[in-house]
Amino acid sequence: MSDTPTAPFLEMRNVSKSFGHNRALTNVTLDFKLGEIHALMGENGAGKSTLMKILAGAYIPDAGSEILIDGKIIAIDGPMAAKQAGISIIYQELALAPNLTVAENIYLGREASRGALINREAMFTGAEVVLKRLGASFTAREKVAALSIAERQLVEIARAVHAHSRILIMDEPTTTLSERETERLFALVRQLKQEGLAIVYISHRMKEVYELSDRVSVLRDGNYVGTLTHHQISPEAVVRMMVGRDLSSFYKKEHDAHGSRGRAILSVRDISDGNRVKACSFDIHEGEVLGIAGLVGAGRTELARLVYGADPKASGAVAVDGREVVIRTPLDAVNAGIAYLTEDRKALGLMLDMSVSENVNLGVISRDARPLGFLNRGRGRQRTSAAIVATGIRTSSPDATVGGLSGGNQQKVLLSRLLETKPRVLILDEPTRGVDIGAKSEIYRLIDKLAREGVGVAVISSELPEIIGICDRVIVMREGHIAGEVGGTAGEITQENIMAIATSAGQQAA
Amino acid sequence: MTSTNPTAAGAQARKLSLGTTMRALGMLPALVLIAILFQLLSGYVETGTLTWSDGRFMAWNNLSIVAQQASINTVLAAGMTFVILTGGIDLSVGAVLAATAMLAMMTSLVPGFGMVAIVVALVAGVVLGLINGALIAFMRLPPFIVTLGTMTSVRGLARLFGNDNTVFNSNLPFAFIGNGTVLGIPWLVIIALATVVVSWLILRRTVLGMRIYAVGGNPEASRLAGIKVWLITLFVYGMSGLLAGLGGTMSAAKLYAANGSQLGQSYELDAIAAVILGGTSFVGGVGSIWGTLIGALIIAVLSNGLILTGVSDIWQFIIKGLVIIGAVALDRLRMSGNART
Repeated sequence: MSDTPTAPFLEMRNVSKSFGHNRALTNVTLDFKLGEIHALMGENGAGKSTLMKILAGAYIPDAGSEILIDGKIIAIDGPMAAKQAGISIIYQELALAPNLTVAENIYLGREASRGALINREAMFTGAEVVLKRLGASFTAREKVAALSIAERQLVEIARAVHAHSRILIMDEPTTTLSERETERLFALVRQLKQEGLAIVYISHRMKEVYELSDRVSVLRDGNYVGTLTHHQISPEAVVRMMVGRDLSSFYKKEHDAHGSRGRAILSVRDISDGNRVKACSFDIHEGEVLGIAGLVGAGRTELARLVYGADPKASGAVAVDGREVVIRTPLDAVNAGIAYLTEDRKALGLMLDMSVSENVNLGVISRDARPLGFLNRGRGRQRTSAAIVATGIRTSSPDATVGGLSGGNQQKVLLSRLLETKPRVLILDEPTRGVDIGAKSEIYRLIDKLAREGVGVAVISSELPEIIGICDRVIVMREGHIAGEVGGTAGEITQENIMAIATSAGQQAA
Repeated sequence: MTSTNPTAAGAQARKLSLGTTMRALGMLPALVLIAILFQLLSGYVETGTLTWSDGRFMAWNNLSIVAQQASINTVLAAGMTFVILTGGIDLSVGAVLAATAMLAMMTSLVPGFGMVAIVVALVAGVVLGLINGALIAFMRLPPFIVTLGTMTSVRGLARLFGNDNTVFNSNLPFAFIGNGTVLGIPWLVIIALATVVVSWLILRRTVLGMRIYAVGGNPEASRLAGIKVWLITLFVYGMSGLLAGLGGTMSAAKLYAANGSQLGQSYELDAIAAVILGGTSFVGGVGSIWGTLIGALIIAVLSNGLILTGVSDIWQFIIKGLVIIGAVALDRLRMSGNART
């Protein structure tokens, strides 16, 4: 009966999960069918990852929860049980051993053997069969470390297919992919659906969900809100379900976007790192929001890090307010009034074990300090309470550790730290990555407010609607160069104009 | 999880503050428990009955001995706390203690230089610590390897200083440090407590301290935030060296003598054990100096109590090791109960 598309393959009935007094999931009832792509949406903290971890066997649900496969109740009490039930999960942070070959990764935990000896040849041939079926452009003998993110994802999918998984759960699989790689992934996901797998697709991106899924279910605050079938899906409907209200004027642009452009605050001339950034020059003006667009790998982050002094420059000059400044370290940049929000807030931005207050104050503690370097704790508390209000950080206390906050709130903490230093120039690298819709609009509002106050803001983003929505002018990078500019006198800011430059002129891309 | 519900948020905040207190106090219940156990057992060994009043452990005299035994390890472990908080390790403290003790003894024998010996030992400790720090910060070598190397070399240096002989000074001008008291409290204990208090002030009340936690929690993010990570690294290893020098002075003062090959052997392991027992994370960024103090006391209480109850030297080693593993395992178990998404 599991082959008929109408009968659910996996059902969750009244699934709840509590951590102490915290209820992460409350009586969620959902079902997933074979041959169907079922999208799961919700703000960060809505319970998506908890639900996923229950299916992965990483969490045991509370008593009273039922999980059924093919109509039979099963207990997923560990990762092995999940595997045996045919459940595979592809996490955002891929779980591969980079030092091993593709084949070894595909066979990990189920190595082909001849007696006690490992049978490498059998593994290579077996892996090749799966890779061919999935249309991989690399061989089973390659080391995973040599593969791109998209290719590694494919290895994970191959591993799931090879293990005869029936249900494949994908957690935000496109966050780190370029548009072209995303298209390829979608084709593959559709192929797997045709082959009869149940796909659970977790994403923040409305466009993808609309394009790909047969049904969308929405979670909010650990509760199941509802499910829409394909023809019912619209951005408005889903957003309303996710946040429980309408979002008016999502993108905010109240600062003077087209008025007389202010002086150049930051001027970058012919900056290079001798590798991935090639002689880039650009200005950021007072009160301007400058977009930096381009495909993943075009050198946008590398350019930002170079300006900020995070990586060594091979050549080039940076001037702030018309005066040339020597920036060799991030400290030089901070002193020159430049702040940089990294694209990876957990690895490169926050101290996750430290409190909200400590993270917010980290950039200004020495400025505020009393004689002999003693902390001015009163000043720190004031700054924290003001920042919590100004950026809308939702935390149980200023002393709560940052690691326990949702992605959006973590991002606001990091932004607060930068803003405390009163920067003249703010470079934001993917400011809304992994951030829920509510926090996104708050961050847009904050960017707009800063521009009104005269700060020069640069926004690097892979989400074109975001760039188009909030930027006054956009420079587009391609293969380490600044390949062109749109906005102002240089043509309208549209998806088509940006993509035309990003993928080399004339050749239109998706 | 965002807590929109005010009562849930309150409960979460309470739980959180309770969690931090528990973490800071950490092993205190274990320390108390072990002390009570030894009080009863030491009585049992004498009289064959488990009566409180027959115990010898809690006697004022014995507690003073325990505190003195804990003092040098507390000082070393305080330095080790700075280092481990940044995610590093300093294996050289035992050897540095021996070398600085030798220098202190030899200086004290020079007429008119009696008290200068203390300064010599402290400065030598700082210099050796800074060498560790410089190799780690500027050459980017792993702390374990660097301090393993200096541990061996400095031990050799300590033997070289005295031509591999024991240096005595029965007329040691700073002997009061090792044997004197103020208002009945031994100098050794006063120095150890002062070290802990100063360390706490630095770690929790100064810019430097906050940066030490930041670097330990996320070195790359610290660099991007404009923190001079190299300076923090130099400081913590310099501090560890300084406190090892202080430990050397204390040892020399206690013994009126120093021997380059025997003094301070495996002291680094006791110091590391105290830090870990105190709940400081080996990866850095999490921990407290008060925990370290409790850790050092547990180790001293164990040694003293096992002797009082007549356990043989061999079994003392076995039991101490097992207690350290058991205590930390218990701590992990308790912490994993607080796991969140």
